[in-house]
Amino acid sequence: MTWQLAFLATLDGLAYAALVFMVAVGLTLIFGVLRILNVAHGSFYAIGAYLAASLGIAIAAGGLSPWLTFPALILAAVLVGTILGTLIERALLRYVYLKEDVLQLLVTFAVFMILEDVQRLVWGVNPYFEAVPLRLLGNISLGGIFYTNYQILVLPAVALLILVGLRLFLRTTLAGKLITAVTEDREMATAIGVDTGRVYLITFVIGATLAALGGALASPTTSLVPGMGADMIVLSFAVVATAGLGQVEGAALAALLIGLGRSFAVYLMPELEVLVPYLVMALVLLVRPEGLFGVAQRRRI
Amino acid sequence: MSRFSRILSVAAVGLAAAAPLALAPPALAQDAPEGAPEELVIGITAFLSGPASVFGEPAQAAADMLIEELNAAGGVAGVPLRALYVDEGAGGEHVLSEYRRLVQEEGVDAMFASISSGNCNQVAPLAEDLQMLNIMWDCGTQRIFEEADYRYVFRTQAHATPEMLATVLYLLRTKPDFQTIAVVNQDYAWGRDSWNIFLTALQALKPDVEVVAELFPAFGSPDYSAEISRLSALRPDVVLSTAWGGDLDTFVLQSAQRGLMDISTFVLPLAESSLERLGTDLPEGVIVGGRGDHYFLHPEKVGDADYDAFVAAFREQTGAFPIYPVFHVAQALSALEGAYLGAIEANGGAWPDREQVVDAMAGLTFAGLGREVMIREDNQGLEDQLVGTTVHDDAYDFAVLDNMMIFDAEDVTTPVGAESVSWLSTLGPEMLELEVDSFSHTGP
Repeated sequence: MTWQLAFLATLDGLAYAALVFMVAVGLTLIFGVLRILNVAHGSFYAIGAYLAASLGIAIAAGGLSPWLTFPALILAAVLVGTILGTLIERALLRYVYLKEDVLQLLVTFAVFMILEDVQRLVWGVNPYFEAVPLRLLGNISLGGIFYTNYQILVLPAVALLILVGLRLFLRTTLAGKLITAVTEDREMATAIGVDTGRVYLITFVIGATLAALGGALASPTTSLVPGMGADMIVLSFAVVATAGLGQVEGAALAALLIGLGRSFAVYLMPELEVLVPYLVMALVLLVRPEGLFGVAQRRRI
Repeated sequence: MSRFSRILSVAAVGLAAAAPLALAPPALAQDAPEGAPEELVIGITAFLSGPASVFGEPAQAAADMLIEELNAAGGVAGVPLRALYVDEGAGGEHVLSEYRRLVQEEGVDAMFASISSGNCNQVAPLAEDLQMLNIMWDCGTQRIFEEADYRYVFRTQAHATPEMLATVLYLLRTKPDFQTIAVVNQDYAWGRDSWNIFLTALQALKPDVEVVAELFPAFGSPDYSAEISRLSALRPDVVLSTAWGGDLDTFVLQSAQRGLMDISTFVLPLAESSLERLGTDLPEGVIVGGRGDHYFLHPEKVGDADYDAFVAAFREQTGAFPIYPVFHVAQALSALEGAYLGAIEANGGAWPDREQVVDAMAGLTFAGLGREVMIREDNQGLEDQLVGTTVHDDAYDFAVLDNMMIFDAEDVTTPVGAESVSWLSTLGPEMLELEVDSFSHTGP
C-alpha cells in the first residue's frame, strides 16, 4: 500500500468515524447516567435522518434558498431529540429505572420496534435520498480523487465540535457537572440533593439529540431505508463496548479505530471489511475487558 | 329549488343509477364448472417489511389490482380468487410456519413463494412434502431445479444465470474492447452467487479480462466512500454491481457525486427497479437490466391497450411506475389461471383436483404483462431478458433505456439437467453471434 492510498483510506475513515461517533457518544452518555442500554437510540438516528430529508424536500418544494437545508439538519435533530426524547423518558423510562436490566432492555427494544413501524407508516418503504447540502458544497480533488467537501470537511468538523463541546459542557457548566456527578456516583449525588430525575431527562434529551444529529448529518450522504436504525445501533454498541461504557473520549477513539480499520480493510483485505468493527472490539476487549477508557470497578460506599 | 331539495334529487338520481348494479347477480358466477369451490385462495409470501419491501410492496399492490380485475371479469373460470400474504421480512422461520399454517389450516389452493432465494430454498422441499402447488414467483437462485427434481414446485420467471449471462453478452456487444472490471456487490448469497455466474461467463467469452477489485460491502451499508475512493484510484473500465434497493441507490448516488461514473462504465443488472427513484442522478450510458423483459416502457408492449391501462392504473394507485417484481407477480397469476383453465379442459369441463392442476403446469405457456413464458420439463420458466443503456429524455424526470436488446430465453438459459457454472464455463464465441431483437428509445 502506497502513502497515497493510505492517505485516501484515512480520509474515508475519518468521515465514517465522524458519523459513528455522533451516534455512539449519545448512547454512551445515556448509559453513563441512566445505566440503561437504549436500543431505541437507533430509532432516533433513523427518524432524525428521515425528518431532515423531509424538511429538505419541503424547502425545495417551497422554493426557499437551498442553504436553508443546513439549519434544517440541526432543526430536525433538535426536534427529534427534545420531543421524542422527552416523551420516551417521561412516559416510559422513568418508571423502569429501578427495575432489572433485562426489563429495561426489553422496554427500549419494544420502543425501537414500535418506532420502526411508525417510520414505515410515515415515510413508507421506498428509499429516500435528499442530498442538497452535500451538493451545495461541491467536490474537492485530493490525490487525484474527488471527495465531497461535506464528507471530508463538514462531518469531521462537527464531530470534533461535539467532542470539545461535550468536554467543556461536562466540566465547566453546572448542568454538566451534575451529570458527571451522577455518572460517577449516583447514590452520593442523590444523597447531597442532586435532582436525579432532572439530570436523567436532560441527559436523555442530549443523547437522543446527538443520535438524531448523526442521522440528520448522514441523510445527505446515503439512502434512507427501513432498518437503517437497526444497523446503526449494532455498530454503536460495538463502539461503546470498545470505548468502555459511559466514556465520551473513548467513544471518539473507538469510532476512529473502527472507521480507519474499515477503510484500510477495503484496500488491503476487502473480505474483512464487514468484520472490522467486531474484530476491533474483540481485540480491545481481550486486552482490556472494561474497554479502552473503561474503569474496572467503581468504589462503592 | 332549495339547496336541500337539490341535494336530495341528486342523491335520488345517484341511487337510481346505482340500483341496477347492486341488484345484478355477480358476473358469470353461475357458469363455474361442476364441482367448483366458492373461491380459490392463494398464499403469497413477499417482503412487506425490511429493505426488500421495495419489491414486496409494489408486488402486493399489483397482485391486489390484478386479482380485483380478474374477479371483476368472473375470476378463474367463474371462481373468484383471494390472496393471503405472508411477510418474508419477519424471517425464514416465520415464513415456514406461516406456510404450513396456510396450507394445513387455511386450506389454500396454491402458494406463491417467494422473493428471497433463501426462502425458496427452504420452501421448495416443504411444498413437495405437503404436495402443495408452489410457484416461485420472484426468487433468483439457479440452484433449486439444478440440484433436485420437483413435482409441485415451478418457477414462472428466469433465474440468475440467464439474467447475468444476458448482461455479459450485452456488455461484450456494446463495449467489446474493455480490459478491466471491478465488482461491488452486497455481502450475502445473491451478491456472491451473481458475481460467480457473471465472472464465469465473462471469463469464458473474454479470457483476457482483468478483475482489478472484488468488493463485498455489508448488506445495508450506508457508506461506500472507501470503495469509491479505491475504484477511483484503480480506474477500472467497467464497474459491476448487482445490488438493489437502498444499497444500489446509495452506491450510485455516491459514485455519481464523486465522479466515478464519468471514469467507469457502470453495469447494474437490477437497476430497472431503481430508475425512477434515482432520478437524473443516474447518468446516461449506464447498462441496466430488469430480471427478465421487464421495463415499464417495454418496446413491444407500449401501445397495447391492456398494458398501457395497467401501467397507468398502477401509477395512479401507487404513485410509481411498475418495476420487475410487479411483472413477476403478474406472470405467476397468469400461470396459475392458465393451469386451472388447462386442467378444467383436460378434465372434461369439470373442476380439477390439485394433481390435475399440477399436471397442467408442465409445459404451460403464459404471458403476464411482458413476453410469453414457457415452463419447460424441469419446471423452470423460460423468460426472455431485456438489457438497455440509460439515456435522459425530457419527458421523464429520470433515466430511461435506449439501445435495448431482448435476449431469447432459449439461448441464455442453462439447459435442462446442466449445472449453471459448469455450463457457463463451456460457452464459446458463438454466443456473441446470437440473434437478438434490438430496440431504441422512441420517446413517450
